[in-house]
Amino acid sequence: MQNYSIFNLARHALGGHRGWKPAWREATPKPRYKVIIVGGGGHGLATAYYLAKVHGIRDVAVLEKGWIGGGNTGRNTTIVRSNYLWDASAALYEKSLQLWEGLSQDINYNVMFSQRGVLNLGHNLQDMRDIRRRVNANQLNGVDGEVLDTAGVKRLVPFINTSPDIRYPVLGASWQPRAGIARHDAVAWGYARAADSLGVDIIENCEVTGVRRDNGKVTGVETTRGVIEADRVGVVVAGHAGVLAEMAGFRLPIESHPLQALVSEPLKPILDTVVMSNAIHVYVSQSDKGELVIGAGVDSYTGYGQRGSFQTMEHFLSALIELYPIFSRLRMLRHWGGIVDTAPDASPIISSTPVDGLFFNVGWGTGGFKATPGSGWVFAHTLATGTPHEINAPFSLERFHSGALVDEHGAAAVAH
Amino acid sequence: MTCRLNQGGVIDRSKPLNFTFNGKPLTGYAGDTLASALLANNIHFVTRSIKLRRPRGIMGRGPEEPNALLQIGEGPSTLADQRATQVMLTEGMNARSINGWPSLEHDLLSALSLGSKLMPVGFYYKTFMGPKGWWERYEKLIRPIAGMGLTPDGPDPDLYEKRDLHCDVMIVGGGPAGLAAAASLIGTGLRVVLAHEQALWGGGLLASRTQLNGQPANAWLEETLAALHAAENIQLLPSTSVFGHYDHHFLGAIERVREQRPNAPIRERFWKIRCQRLILAAGAIERPIVLPNNDRPGIMTAFAVRESIERYAVLPGKQAVVFTNNDSAYATARCLLDAGAQVTVVDSRASAGTAAKAMLPEQTTVIYNAKVCDTTGKKRISGVTVRQTDGTFTRMDCDLLALSGGWNPSVHLHSHASGKLQWDEALATFVPQNDLAGVRAIGAMAGAFDFATALTQGSEVAREFATELGSKAGTDLSLPEVSHAEPGPSQLQPLWRVAGKGPAFVDMQNDVKATDIELALREGYRSIEHVKRYGILGFGTDQGKFGNIIGLGIVGELINKHPTEIGTTTYRPAWTPVTFGALVGPDTGELFEPIRQTPMHEWHVQAGAVFEDVGQWKRARYYPKAGEDMDAAVARECLATQKGVGVLDYSTLGKIEIHGPDAITLLERVYTNNWQKLGIGRCRYGLMLDENGMVMDDGVTARLGEQHYLMYTSTGGAARVLSWMEQWLQTEWPDLEVYLTSVTDAWGTISLAGPKSRELLESIGTDINLSTEQFPFMSLRTGAVNGVPARVQRVSFSGEMSFEVSVPANEAAELWAMVMRKGEAFGATPYGTEAMHVLRAEKGFIIVGQDTDGSISPLDLGMEGMISARKDCLGKRSLMRSELQRPDRPQWVGLRPKDPTKVLPEGAQLIEDPAAKPPVAMQGWVTSSYFAPRLGHAFALGFVNGGRARHGESLYAWDADAGVIPVEITQPVQYDPEGGRQRD
Repeated sequence: MQNYSIFNLARHALGGHRGWKPAWREATPKPRYKVIIVGGGGHGLATAYYLAKVHGIRDVAVLEKGWIGGGNTGRNTTIVRSNYLWDASAALYEKSLQLWEGLSQDINYNVMFSQRGVLNLGHNLQDMRDIRRRVNANQLNGVDGEVLDTAGVKRLVPFINTSPDIRYPVLGASWQPRAGIARHDAVAWGYARAADSLGVDIIENCEVTGVRRDNGKVTGVETTRGVIEADRVGVVVAGHAGVLAEMAGFRLPIESHPLQALVSEPLKPILDTVVMSNAIHVYVSQSDKGELVIGAGVDSYTGYGQRGSFQTMEHFLSALIELYPIFSRLRMLRHWGGIVDTAPDASPIISSTPVDGLFFNVGWGTGGFKATPGSGWVFAHTLATGTPHEINAPFSLERFHSGALVDEHGAAAVAH
Repeated sequence: MTCRLNQGGVIDRSKPLNFTFNGKPLTGYAGDTLASALLANNIHFVTRSIKLRRPRGIMGRGPEEPNALLQIGEGPSTLADQRATQVMLTEGMNARSINGWPSLEHDLLSALSLGSKLMPVGFYYKTFMGPKGWWERYEKLIRPIAGMGLTPDGPDPDLYEKRDLHCDVMIVGGGPAGLAAAASLIGTGLRVVLAHEQALWGGGLLASRTQLNGQPANAWLEETLAALHAAENIQLLPSTSVFGHYDHHFLGAIERVREQRPNAPIRERFWKIRCQRLILAAGAIERPIVLPNNDRPGIMTAFAVRESIERYAVLPGKQAVVFTNNDSAYATARCLLDAGAQVTVVDSRASAGTAAKAMLPEQTTVIYNAKVCDTTGKKRISGVTVRQTDGTFTRMDCDLLALSGGWNPSVHLHSHASGKLQWDEALATFVPQNDLAGVRAIGAMAGAFDFATALTQGSEVAREFATELGSKAGTDLSLPEVSHAEPGPSQLQPLWRVAGKGPAFVDMQNDVKATDIELALREGYRSIEHVKRYGILGFGTDQGKFGNIIGLGIVGELINKHPTEIGTTTYRPAWTPVTFGALVGPDTGELFEPIRQTPMHEWHVQAGAVFEDVGQWKRARYYPKAGEDMDAAVARECLATQKGVGVLDYSTLGKIEIHGPDAITLLERVYTNNWQKLGIGRCRYGLMLDENGMVMDDGVTARLGEQHYLMYTSTGGAARVLSWMEQWLQTEWPDLEVYLTSVTDAWGTISLAGPKSRELLESIGTDINLSTEQFPFMSLRTGAVNGVPARVQRVSFSGEMSFEVSVPANEAAELWAMVMRKGEAFGATPYGTEAMHVLRAEKGFIIVGQDTDGSISPLDLGMEGMISARKDCLGKRSLMRSELQRPDRPQWVGLRPKDPTKVLPEGAQLIEDPAAKPPVAMQGWVTSSYFAPRLGHAFALGFVNGGRARHGESLYAWDADAGVIPVEITQPVQYDPEGGRQRD
């Protein structure tokens, strides 16, 4: 792998940058791999990378139906945080956050992880109780966080409307300084490049159309580029987890909903942190390019169309202007939607399945991006050893039978 | 120096307008855009590029403009990133460039361009990585350089409006095709709306010398517009950008009201349009040819030059080079000549079409088989180098370079709704396949660049749609005869870029060069989406209206693939940027969400109540008297209620009436407990579970009649419970005959609680016998209270005897006032939600949403007795799961701080070892916590793992701010566990 650094940039500049090699090879599928990963998003690519790096398993193919990072990896609002309520979630997202903190160096690709902090606003007494409970749990779990009052919020975001007369006044917030945002595409590309350099085949334009089984054990997958055999198959897809499960002959407790986001035209720096509000329901950050990146909750109906309904967006823009009146004259540049798969407890499924050798890492709902490194880390362990890492053991498919849910829906204030 | 021509143009020379640019006073005319007014003042150089800080000028003429993005106005009214080519000039306008420090002319950061070799596409992915954690430091330097406009410094002083619009035929685009379509629908009785992005109708006709019926096009335009204005079935929306096309023929459009009526009270209006048929006549955008140093001020598209001269009477350069690969630019050359400029035409083809040749006098210099391969100049182009196929280079001076590389139909509105595109070989671009049902693209948008075809298509599709919609064809539009037409982009020979030294920009706004596309491909970013994202191609505010198709062409050449194989990136709304305020309209501030107030709200305000938001409701939290803080007021309210009588406004509780023969079946299915034996006039407490078996709501339901029940829900849960039951009824249980009606707002409810509540109610006057024998606990009576029809319930959330009196909402304020007057004799005290919380907490009653969080089952609450063994209900099967039966699940307990004066923070966690270091195992948490005035000590409620078996054990409450507080686990009920007080 060519090293990325300012020195090499300077060296290649002399040659007109003609010496740069592809970040990942255009691999053609081999007839058989030890492990196949279905889904070339951030999670799938991270899984491949850690399989090769941590577990030494390099006979791996990542199959992507389109272009890598083209699903929710390239559509989300890039918020990274780990201030979840329950121990199981906190462990998963905190592992992820710790990996984020060294990720650019680890994969030698600048994913621009910017630890600019995340505010979760509280607008009523119950919000504030929930915030306090969550921050306390975070601190006891070793996750950074504090409870801010209205003045504390104002110090971080001076132009936020903290008037007591607004419809739902800002009473305070939780504040996680280590949280932040990252460059989403770079995560997919960086992991792809790092995995490729360790021998992983990244195969784009290769859609899985069937899961081959023999005697209850997975033997490979059928794809638009032919049958590919494997000892183990890991499915890491968003938006179509249910479709893949159906190919393998079982059903998942998952609903798929559209989730929308939008960006403004680029602006000079105005917002230096990430602000999320659950009660008013909008979240916003400013990208390094200067665009305000804005999102909210899912559309209430289910569907596979990567569009939402316009009134959902109207409502979260109302929320935006309610909280930030100075944004009213700014303009929406672009809006889009993705499909999120959500389990009944709004936590992911990182698990073995009824099919031997077939593992699923799905159901990340609206908040998967932040978990990318941690998800890959634990799923690589699961694929390599056939058993879950202690961090993803609570996220088994079995929990829907046993009732050991990790319910971040009601409890965690925000699910994104 | 003025570049304004002495005559011509569609500007109003009688209305000069003063404006400033970077502080310099200038003049334009009504009808000018900001761009044309700047060009009239010989200003091309208006900004610097973001990354390389290169001087940039006005290039386009509409939404495709990548460079001329200016800040307009100051303070709270300032507007960021305004495209000068689309901003209509107004008196006193104050525009400035953003990038350029200390000034546009002298920019210290232009030193950045020296490092341009170090900054190819994606360079930031390869560096700024170390030391660990330093990215935020680099970011602090990078962010101010990136970004563009400035955010206003105060709330928006302007108003916006939202309107719904339903029509039979929606037509987008007021050029010849759209106008012909609209005119053909006059008198059909169909409701027709025609929207046009610009302030003036006519589109391409405004920059054309085409004659219609032997007259200048203007005559036909005026006549057609007059007819359209007069037609009752046509609504015209000029200055209206249709920005998005969504499912089911839904469109969003923004009307810039003040372009038509400068003093209008509304700045912009958001139209939500739903139509049966959609005609898209959105036109096309000319694309340039990419060549080395193609970004100097004074380089424009050929059509922008032509429109500048014909529409605005501005000659943007005196010595022009026109470089083209198709016939359409010859009309520009002719305009320039007629306006007095020197013109050289450089044509990459071996020859031009006959019509194109006929545009120019014979003596005009036309160099065939030639390409402009470089330019010179700093803040304005000063010359070009022309390379001929025979290898000769010619250097020529110029102050204007007009480029035409062909035309791209504006397919966006077709593509937003997933319409497919096809490659048109003759035009070398994508055109709509017209595969969307009920939608048709026509005119230039469909690749028809001659006005005659556009007019015919407009009239034909209009007639076709009218017939489909069952209307008799109206006016049989006699199409005008077209003559003196300028040639379109015919005989085009694809030319995406000219090779050579020097940066050749594909996307000006983000400084994306052709070599950057090469590098992206070399580095393996092969998918067009990867090229776009890695190369930030088309990510500017013009969204690639210039660069995307060129980029695609360049990629095709480099990887030797046909554009059809490569495909396009997704066209996402908005077509042009949309003001947030317009999309929000009035739905902000007080109208963000309706404020719900009870009928007695005004009384609470007068009484000095402090309010809290509960869902959408404003509820009185406590009523402080002079000098009282919250704790003092709450203590007084609690004691008054427990010793005498307290009065609570209970109107916010959700109320759902349930009618029908299957009402009882519904109750049996949604509630955990038994409803079969509830008699008429009796009430019962019910628990409702979600599919996971977790508590989602609770409340009392009363039986009013044989098939008639009244269900109470929590204040915040009313809407959720109603839609939950409707969802089950409509999707899973359509066989049940049962009808739900929300009556929350129909009733005002006053709760009288405390030992003197019966006396007080009697003193008010009621025909209901209030004795316990006639009116026992957990029953409901209807009758008259103070002469008003009322429903009175004997239920209790306070633990005290109480009567909940519901009267029609319009009677409630008066009854409340009467209660308070009569109550004086009994010491009646109004109490708010805070005292209500204390009273119920002493009794160990839960509040759903405060004590439960969606992860608490009835078993955790110790309410297994509420679950009927006889029947099934929603969530019941989930409760059978092994994990929910575990004895160490969090269980509902009381908590007593060892220091009786210490009120625990709500949200504190419970731990065993206060000295432990993270991660610390948590034993539970505090959900509710108060000081109980009657008991004289603080207490709390919460959950502890296996807590029911741990009463008497000690734990520590842990809070980030309050620290560690020792507590003892108790039973949840603090007072009157037998409940005798509420039954009396």
